[in-house]
Amino acid sequence: MYKFISILALAITLSFSPGAISAPIETFKFDSPETEKIFHKLSEELRCLVCQNQNIAESNADLAKDLRLEIYTMLSQGKTEDEIVDFMVQRYGDYVLYRPPFKPLTWVLWIGPVIIFVLGLIFVVRFMKSQNTVVAPESLSEEEIERIKNLHAQQGKK
Amino acid sequence: MENKQSSLMKRFMPLIIFAAMVALLAIGLTLNPREVPSPLIGKPAPVFELPLLFSEGSFSNEDLIGHVTLVNVWGSWCFACRQEHEVVKQMSRNGVRVIGLNYKDETADAKNWLAVLGNPYKVVAVDQDGRIAIDWGVYGAPETFLIDRKGIIRHKVIGPLSEKAKYDELMAVMQTLQE
Repeated sequence: MYKFISILALAITLSFSPGAISAPIETFKFDSPETEKIFHKLSEELRCLVCQNQNIAESNADLAKDLRLEIYTMLSQGKTEDEIVDFMVQRYGDYVLYRPPFKPLTWVLWIGPVIIFVLGLIFVVRFMKSQNTVVAPESLSEEEIERIKNLHAQQGKK
Repeated sequence: MENKQSSLMKRFMPLIIFAAMVALLAIGLTLNPREVPSPLIGKPAPVFELPLLFSEGSFSNEDLIGHVTLVNVWGSWCFACRQEHEVVKQMSRNGVRVIGLNYKDETADAKNWLAVLGNPYKVVAVDQDGRIAIDWGVYGAPETFLIDRKGIIRHKVIGPLSEKAKYDELMAVMQTLQE
């Protein structure tokens, strides 16, 4: 059990740590640190379609390289972050986003975990309540009261 | 009686939940995560103009208008393209207009590949740096787009056409376009 918890804790920590990413070596020159920041942000938020569980920044795949170049070109043309994201979504769909937008098609994706959590909570609460009622002592029958009295009486005699 | 029924329900609830999860995960396992649905279906083919592999001149989105066309994205480096090639040839023999989009390839390799395996393409447009393929949302090869007479993308097949289910689905959509 402890082992399980420690593995879980490790997994959670890892999933929250900002990517310890060593991007494949490419040298892009940026006009300003802001643009460079946007570039890194975008390439970390867009999913590489070939490798699927890597973002565009980490991936060595040829397509990811092309898309990085595309992002760079668009940034140097003065395109905004939103425009670049739109560009990608128009071509590859919401799938390229690690953070898909909140819309009817993705409702289950966003709300599903909450619903499952709430259902689980309800289940746990009800389960605990039912356990309580079983454990709670029932009132004693007359026979039992009689027996206790007898026991007390026997002890008194000693 | 009612009580008995509800306690029976309670007893089997974990089993029911378990069965539901198994069903959900089983469906999930049969889906292919590599197949990302294209947002381009129902939209006009992207604007492009590309040089041809075998001759001077170019091929553009304008050239798609007026015919039902298959745009087949391939490369000589792509193993699955070789797998599907017989099917592409067969379709071409059956009168389907197939345009090749040679994706990130070397001219000599591409020509050689077609010389050896046969050339089913009406024309082959060359996208050497893969820039136009980005506009088409291509993320691998082979990919095949079905385009109607108005130049609108109607269907996209990801992966080799030699897979029967994919082929049948493509043919079904094509049939509705040719009527």
